Amino acid sequence: MVQKLLNKVKELPASLHGSQVVDSILRPGSPFKKGYSDTPRNRSYVVMNNILYHLHPVKVKRHSVRLSYTLCLGGLSFFLFILLTITGIFLMFYYAPTAEAAYVDIQELSTSVAFGSLVRNMHRWGAHFMVLTVFLHMTRVFYHGAYKPPREFNWVVGVVLLLLTLLLSFTGYLLPWDQLALWAVTVGTNMASFVPVFGSQVKFTLLGSAVVSADTLLRWYVLHVLFFPFIIVIFMAVHFWRVRKDGGISGPL
Amino acid sequence: MAELPEHLLRRSAEAKAKALGISVEEAMAQLKGEAPPSPAPAPTPAPEPAAVATPEPAPAPVAVAVAGDPSKATAVRPVAPPVSGPEGVRTQRLLTVVKAKAIQQAKAEPQDKVNTWPHLMIIEFAALLAVTGILIVLSTILQAPLLEAANFNVTPNPSKAPWYFLGLQELLSYFDPAIAGVSVPLITGLFGLMAVPYIDKNPSTKPADRKVAIFLFTFFLMGSATLTMFGVFFRGPGFNFVYPWHDGIFFDDLKDWVHFENLGGH
Repeated sequence: MVQKLLNKVKELPASLHGSQVVDSILRPGSPFKKGYSDTPRNRSYVVMNNILYHLHPVKVKRHSVRLSYTLCLGGLSFFLFILLTITGIFLMFYYAPTAEAAYVDIQELSTSVAFGSLVRNMHRWGAHFMVLTVFLHMTRVFYHGAYKPPREFNWVVGVVLLLLTLLLSFTGYLLPWDQLALWAVTVGTNMASFVPVFGSQVKFTLLGSAVVSADTLLRWYVLHVLFFPFIIVIFMAVHFWRVRKDGGISGPL
Repeated sequence: MAELPEHLLRRSAEAKAKALGISVEEAMAQLKGEAPPSPAPAPTPAPEPAAVATPEPAPAPVAVAVAGDPSKATAVRPVAPPVSGPEGVRTQRLLTVVKAKAIQQAKAEPQDKVNTWPHLMIIEFAALLAVTGILIVLSTILQAPLLEAANFNVTPNPSKAPWYFLGLQELLSYFDPAIAGVSVPLITGLFGLMAVPYIDKNPSTKPADRKVAIFLFTFFLMGSATLTMFGVFFRGPGFNFVYPWHDGIFFDDLKDWVHFENLGGH
């Protein structure tokens, strides 16, 4: 009896593999599907039939596959964004954007939350990485002359993405609510007050008050976790779409 | 070989008749091989090689070609080929060369392409894993900075912006804020960058053709890097110039990274 049951359990993975349920989840051509064979047709299906992979075309030029061609900088920027989203959501569970709680929350995150310190560090260093990879991606694109017609507009979208990356990083800078955050943001927003004519208005809008305050913390928190991610995702979608659609020197990827 | 359709033969015959000044019926008969070809300029029809070779299997286009220009055919007659070719071998001749026009041209050149899966995706996956690995290791070793709680009454000296704005802050120490705070970053940094593809009209992507563009961009890169490095490492209390190896590094992002006390007194 028991032996029979154990045998059933043992056979479970094999019988699941190829069952109607599993088969319905996997799209045709999935390497995890029963009876997958490495044929050109299936290789195409892997890309075409997957919601994430179909960002890519089925085939790419051999020279653009070389790691030294792109250094994966654009892809890594996107990946870091995803990593920052995941770690950021984790951090949001333990953080309240109020002047009283923010600093204490960050301290407790490092001391009494499992992996809290690691995730916070990953979020912080990952953000620095992302600023770097986006910037280097721009540099790489420039030196390849990949902004030339018909891809001019995607370069413009890219510059907007760089700006949004900087804004995301800068709004996050304030959130630990320590001396480093407070005064770096004070210095940063003081620069904004030098905008001609509207200087003080720009600064007031950014800060939600005359100087950095608890209102600023709430404002920058909302900008950091909702507004800028929302905007940057839209621009990223356009950016990736145009990478596929615009032809050019190295062609749509 | 299949017999040619009557209407095609007729068309050839009409053309031939017109060219040679004979009746259509005659030309038709010649084409079908019923009558001996009547080459006007060359009166010796017998050793005409192609004509001799063709009548039995009768590939009609060949006959047309021969008859269409008999003078030439006789003029360039080769050294008497075998009267009948080996069994099953059919000789063919080029009828005409049609120049390829738009509709016949295949514009797309065959390209050297590889499947995205697995060739590209394996590289991307490796890069992704590598970055995740580096980030985890880095985050285990290096603590993100956390100073004392925010205090409006205590201004740290120096107060520095995040590193990516330190180049700007550095500029601010040289120029009027209206220039360094707005004009330079906004016009050159943002709008200048966005305008790059519209300013650079040079269609070439070869580095040799783009010396000016590459020079300017490299200058911009080096300039911002130098300013940023200056702001990070060479600015101390009051944002005054310091030597990092002598006075220490005044950059709190690196607080848990570089041990300041080992770098000299500050």
